[in-house]
Amino acid sequence: MDQSDKIVVQGVCYTYQDAPDAALCGVDLSVHAGEFLAVLGHNGSGKSTLAKLMNALYVPTEGHIWVVGMDTRNDALVYDIRQHAGMVFQNPDNQLVATVVEEDVAFGMENIGVPPAQMRIRVDEALRAVNMQDFRTAAPHMLSGGQKQRVAIAGVLAMQPDVIILDESTAMLDPAGRREVLQTVRRLQREKGITIVWITHYMDEAAQADRVIVMNEGRIALSGTPREVFPQVERLRELRLDVPPMTELAHDLAAAGVPVRADVLTVEEMVEEVCRLSSKT
Amino acid sequence: MLKNITLGQYYPGNSPVHRMDPRMKIYLTIAYIVAVFLVKDLLGYALAFLFLLFMARIAQINLGFLMRGIKALRVIVAFTFIINLFFSAGDTPLVSWGVLRITREGLQNAVFFSLRLVFLVMGTSMLTLTTSPVVLTDGLERMMRPLARLHFPAHELAMMMTIALRFIPTLLEEADKIMKAQMARGADLESGNLLARARAMVPLLVPLFVGAFRRATELAMAMEARCYRGGAHRTRMKELGYTRLDFAALGIMAAFIALIVVQGAFVHVGL
Repeated sequence: MDQSDKIVVQGVCYTYQDAPDAALCGVDLSVHAGEFLAVLGHNGSGKSTLAKLMNALYVPTEGHIWVVGMDTRNDALVYDIRQHAGMVFQNPDNQLVATVVEEDVAFGMENIGVPPAQMRIRVDEALRAVNMQDFRTAAPHMLSGGQKQRVAIAGVLAMQPDVIILDESTAMLDPAGRREVLQTVRRLQREKGITIVWITHYMDEAAQADRVIVMNEGRIALSGTPREVFPQVERLRELRLDVPPMTELAHDLAAAGVPVRADVLTVEEMVEEVCRLSSKT
Repeated sequence: MLKNITLGQYYPGNSPVHRMDPRMKIYLTIAYIVAVFLVKDLLGYALAFLFLLFMARIAQINLGFLMRGIKALRVIVAFTFIINLFFSAGDTPLVSWGVLRITREGLQNAVFFSLRLVFLVMGTSMLTLTTSPVVLTDGLERMMRPLARLHFPAHELAMMMTIALRFIPTLLEEADKIMKAQMARGADLESGNLLARARAMVPLLVPLFVGAFRRATELAMAMEARCYRGGAHRTRMKELGYTRLDFAALGIMAAFIALIVVQGAFVHVGL
């Protein structure tokens, strides 16, 4: 086990109560410090279960998970683990507790007993970090989906976590909201060095990650950088995932005999690739 | 439009009364209720009315807002008046028709009981008009804190109230969405008699309830993920504290009660 890894998952299986089959089985994974890790998978692939295991909301049926060196099986450490590995959920409406934005951001800190004066400072800092300082006294139900998710992120951020786990936090948002949230999270990773575990089924979001793992039927099916994973077009289709459009185009072009690179992810890269090819001929 | 509903009857403002500690406002409202029960005659009610006028002025609240509360209670006030008018015991009859008779005591009781109701409503409206439900909940939690030692779930109650306040607009929005979805598929929610309309509400209430339970499960998990573990070891960002304003208000209320008591003992103006 590498000491600098933020989360280490070792041989983990998890079976829900009354469920015949394990939702997750034999998962080994290390989340490195400061990285942006995307976890992909279709519905029921076990990716959400994995997120909840990392936050000690569930305890593995088999195997161990260490969050910043703390075993999630240890009941005495549960609240320390949740403070170090904050979690943002899917539905923006169902995770805000207070009736005023700043009070909601303070909720987590109130639970771990941060002194009031310090709380005030940290709330303001967290709201600035997600660019929501102008909505300090707004009521949550007056905000857009993307804004609500940014408030939820601020609430986690105020607890000064090492890792933020986002469990399909963009699934219920419109494209503008998704962009807002993803940009906010990437900025936090870059500027504050916070490790991000980004669970999603959107390939274009995963394409921006440092590393991608693809879950299927409770196991890790693929893993690597987006450039290593996405060119495996056939395999991804088997796993019922959409391939980013440009990667798919590159794949089809290659199949038609055009010698393009297989690891093209964005439109810009495709344009470059096509220009390179046309300048050659 | 549904998004902009105001809960309760809070009237936002920044008057000295709005800025008071909610606990003090609740205590003083209780003191005011006691004072209204001490009032024995019309002069006393005149004093109470002047006091309310004075408070409304400080709170920058239109007297009309205070009256609105009475409008909702007009049936009860009328009922109280009629019951007392005809059924009070007394032996100085003023008018009588057969079994019905109005006595002097009856009239007196009718007027005083109705006035008492009116003054109670106007006074307590002052609290709800100047205090937002959120702040009120905070105040109640802080007041009930000593009871926690007797295993009274003070924190849990306050948390439930906060969550209810947080989710009322969300659930209203959802109800609106479901209603429109049902109407788009031809549901008729507006015509028919009471029974038919009540029956038409069933397909609306079922998804709303199911949705509310799903939300509750998700919220519970989100709260747990944010280290929630009940009221113990919890700190609050905004600590309540009494200021000079609260003590000034306490002084004013004490003076009012003293005035009522002295007036009741020495000067009597009745019917």
